[in-house]
Amino acid sequence: MTAPLASPASPAVVTPLLTVSKVSRRFRGLIAVDRVSFALVPGEIFAVIGPNGAGKTTLFNMIAGVLAPNDGTITFDGHSIAGLTADAVCRLGIGRTFQIVRPFPALSVEDNVVVGALLRHTDMAAARRHARDVLAQLDLHDKRAVQAAALTLPDRKRLEVARALATEPKLLLLDEVMAGLVPTETDRMVDILRGINSDMGITILLIEHVMRAVMALAGHVLVLHHGAAIAQGTPQEIVRDPAVIKSYLGAETAF
Amino acid sequence: MTALWDSMNGRGKLLLVLLILALLMAPMVASRYLLSVLTLILYFVYVGQAWNLMMGYAGQLSLGHALYVGLGGYVAAILWVHYGIGPWLSIVPAVAVAAAFGAVIGWLAFRFGIEGVYFALLTIAFAEFTRIGFDHLAIAGGAGGLFIPYEERRLGEWWNLRGNQLFFYYLAFVLAAAGVLITALLSRARLGFQWLAVREDETAARALGIDAFRAKMKAILISSGMTAVGGVFYAFYNNTLFPAQMFDMSRSIELILAPIVGGLGTIFGPVVGAFILTPLGEILIMLTDWLGINLPGVKAVFYGLTLMIIISLVPTGVWPRIAQSLDLKKRGP
Repeated sequence: MTAPLASPASPAVVTPLLTVSKVSRRFRGLIAVDRVSFALVPGEIFAVIGPNGAGKTTLFNMIAGVLAPNDGTITFDGHSIAGLTADAVCRLGIGRTFQIVRPFPALSVEDNVVVGALLRHTDMAAARRHARDVLAQLDLHDKRAVQAAALTLPDRKRLEVARALATEPKLLLLDEVMAGLVPTETDRMVDILRGINSDMGITILLIEHVMRAVMALAGHVLVLHHGAAIAQGTPQEIVRDPAVIKSYLGAETAF
Repeated sequence: MTALWDSMNGRGKLLLVLLILALLMAPMVASRYLLSVLTLILYFVYVGQAWNLMMGYAGQLSLGHALYVGLGGYVAAILWVHYGIGPWLSIVPAVAVAAAFGAVIGWLAFRFGIEGVYFALLTIAFAEFTRIGFDHLAIAGGAGGLFIPYEERRLGEWWNLRGNQLFFYYLAFVLAAAGVLITALLSRARLGFQWLAVREDETAARALGIDAFRAKMKAILISSGMTAVGGVFYAFYNNTLFPAQMFDMSRSIELILAPIVGGLGTIFGPVVGAFILTPLGEILIMLTDWLGINLPGVKAVFYGLTLMIIISLVPTGVWPRIAQSLDLKKRGP
């Protein structure tokens, strides 16, 4: 089951799901993100990579409603979302995870996901059913009664994705979900994300350091360096790009 | 409702039914004194539940809940003493006034990001300046107090909250039961989950589409309104209202002890806490009398020591421990 809209043959005629246009953000004169533009086609997996301090998280936070851009526009699904609050952005259909996971520690794994499911389900029983479906998809069904505080890091990372997924987003923003995972866990997460994308048709925007995962998942990659976009293209084009090798991948041994 | 019932196993259900039956039949055997202690316990169950919704579920620490007790009590008493409006009807303005104060506190705090101890200080400040305001409010009798006349001929007028100890006992029972039911209902509803999420991690809650400001506003509105109903009861049960007595910080603390000792964010925690603390206070009075040590403050010292011992033994509250060791909850979903 592939989403027909994602067909790479005709990306130009498809209305983008997310359009980031000349977005900038300054912190006390320091430019963290400098006129960055890109667009996500519905159904694709798009990755943003770059060295530490390149502005990835700032860019992510502007889309997720944590920070307002100083300049530029962000359009999602026909709505201008720059400057909206995080909860408003989520209600429009963008789910996000946190780089440093933030489970609700005292709640059970299932109740963590129920909180997300309650965004679109007002009926408690329906929300719980939906939460259990999502838990099964994320390999967390057996651990649903465990307190979130007792989970291991790989489980917490998947709980983070499960909770965001339970809000039934059109776009899933993933902030370094592979960070801290061993290769077998990374592969497991890659399989899960691929399933979410192909089976459910959910568009994914990844911020990622683990090139192994980026190469396996992304259809398009944007490279940030010192806040500016220095390259954009398919993973194969990116790894051959001299500017990218010079500024980023030269030091990268992960792939 | 059924969800609460279904979450208990046979033993839990039996215990709950026995407790309800015991409370309903208590007046048949209890002395007037014992009945007054039980009335006080049930009152603290109710106001403890109201505070528990805000702190235990939504995670907002209010140390000024005496404000809502006082406002509820005063509004109903003023309307009765000066205008002859019965307390059942005055519940509406009493709740409205308390909730309006709650709304102002909530708006100030939640809009401008005042959290934790700073929020607690704000709630204390509002209770304090309201107390000072009432000291000078002529219609409320000022510092001299407001008295609801005790008239023999009105004793049977339940519709005006005039009655004997037995009447107030059953009224307190209904209040306490309502408090438990409201908590059970809300904690299993969408709003209850939103509160828990905000309590646990507000940033993560917002990322899941929860409007944290609205969720917290609902918590303070519901909690202040519920507490005001307790204030109406308190005023007509005691018949005397002094600003220093109604709005004092010690009243706010007294009201939050039962849920803390019993177990924050649990449905039966405030019940268990009230059944431990109120009798404890009474026993300490009797004990110090019996021992002949009537120095001022002795009772408070023993009360404080006992509290310290309980809290250091069961930091998460007595009720979760009881439920676990007696095995009252159904296992697995």
